[in-house]
Amino acid sequence: MLKLEHVSYQVSEGEQTLSILNDINLVVEDGQLIVITGPNGGGKTTLAKVIMGLVTPTSGSITYNGTDITNLGITERAKLGISYGFQQPPRFKGLRVRDLLELASGEDKLSREKCCLYLTRVGLCADDYVDREVDASLSGGEVKRIEIATILARQSGLMIFDEPEAGIDLWSFSRLIDTFQSIRQQRNNTLLIISHQERIISLADEILLVADGQIQQHGSKDDVFPFILSNTVTGCRFMNERADA
Amino acid sequence: MNHIDEVLLEQIANMHGTPEGAYNIRKDSTLAARANTENIKIETKQDKSGIDVYIRPGTKYEVVHIPVIITQSGIEELVYNDFFIGEDCDVAIIAGCGIHNDGHNRSQHDGVHTFHVGKNSRVRYSEKHYGQGDGDGEKIMNPQTILYLDEGSSVQLDTVQIRGVDSTKRYTKVVVGKNAEAILTERLLTHGAQTAVSEMDVLLDGEGASSRIISRSVAQDQSEQTFYPRMIGNAPSFGHVQCDSILMGSARIRSIPAITANHTEAQLVHEAAIGRIAGDQITKLMTLGLTSEEAEERILSGFLK
Repeated sequence: MLKLEHVSYQVSEGEQTLSILNDINLVVEDGQLIVITGPNGGGKTTLAKVIMGLVTPTSGSITYNGTDITNLGITERAKLGISYGFQQPPRFKGLRVRDLLELASGEDKLSREKCCLYLTRVGLCADDYVDREVDASLSGGEVKRIEIATILARQSGLMIFDEPEAGIDLWSFSRLIDTFQSIRQQRNNTLLIISHQERIISLADEILLVADGQIQQHGSKDDVFPFILSNTVTGCRFMNERADA
Repeated sequence: MNHIDEVLLEQIANMHGTPEGAYNIRKDSTLAARANTENIKIETKQDKSGIDVYIRPGTKYEVVHIPVIITQSGIEELVYNDFFIGEDCDVAIIAGCGIHNDGHNRSQHDGVHTFHVGKNSRVRYSEKHYGQGDGDGEKIMNPQTILYLDEGSSVQLDTVQIRGVDSTKRYTKVVVGKNAEAILTERLLTHGAQTAVSEMDVLLDGEGASSRIISRSVAQDQSEQTFYPRMIGNAPSFGHVQCDSILMGSARIRSIPAITANHTEAQLVHEAAIGRIAGDQITKLMTLGLTSEEAEERILSGFLK
């Protein structure tokens, strides 16, 4: 179980203090699929990073499976069973897809069959990719799918994905949906997925609507999704005021 | 062979005991062991220090080991090794130099290797440099590699120097003939106050000649490296130069790839990049459970693989 209590994150910009996360309280039960959605700049990625340890909160506490992880580093959290699929993963000159999968799985020699298993689940053919370097020769969508495959290979208790759909073609996206669905059905892993994609949102046990650094809504898909759909008018305050006038 | 010899030979030539096929092991400026095969003859030069290696036309899938080790502090040598590779061969040549210096005097190996590669032959040449020992005597290696590629031949040249060599000045010259191909891969890691200079001249002289230079280096601590690969297209040809370096500590790297086209049908490209290890690379590997030190090590070993 993941528990966040009164988590806030503030940054100073000159004399101003900006509140990126503001008093977040959240409990995620094991085996759930939670989708975090909300407008750009609302704090979703920061919230995910705070859980992985990529960002240190200004205040509050985080516990995972009963352990206070607030002051633990990224490596320690990874070893406790938290993993994170980056929205824009880095490339590595000299590291092959196989190397990343082996590092992720913790196995020195990952069999071709296992590599194939993880890569197929993101719509990649192992024969074409397993020995390729994760460098600039790969497209953004390919690197993204390899990133997701590393998280699948890691088999963490808590898997965080930051916009897994971004940059992925329709065919691979369909495959990815099946993969998320299958993980959810088995209930062995908790999934925390940041997404704007309706098909991913429709898989959720619970939806978190994050905006202005706060959890605006948290509930079952049936409760929260209609609310989101009826509140998608955003944008320019000036234009909205003109429309009201 | 004592334990130090075995360590050095393993490091530079991946040798465990006596290798199969032809070999010439040079230790402390003298011949330690040699074997010829039916197709490969190794002879000691009469006019200067070094060997001539003759590979009979049509020799396929044979390997020649020619490692050099220096275990006594204070040895300085200049060695000439010439290779005459006949037509239609497919061979691998494994060279390398290992210095163990426990003393106060400089140990230095300067090797001049010249290859004449016959028509339609394939040669893989690997040369690994390695230094060890607790003495404050310098370990210096200055290799020169000169290759002449006849029509339709191809050479893959892999040079590696990972740690231990205080100073190196490397010069490589390749003359690429008609429809011949040269792939030069250089991997280098310097640390402490080490210095490394690598100059290359690749002359694409024959129609259809092609070459790729791939240089990957890591400079740590206060070490300094200079790369000066020059690709010259004198015929309808293709050449690509790619230099990538990772900079750490207060090290310095100069990378100066040069391409010269003396023919309108010469297509030449160069790329050079120097930079630190990207923070997001370290972070990504940490999310897979590595410490930042382990992540850095893994990134470097992959980069230099």
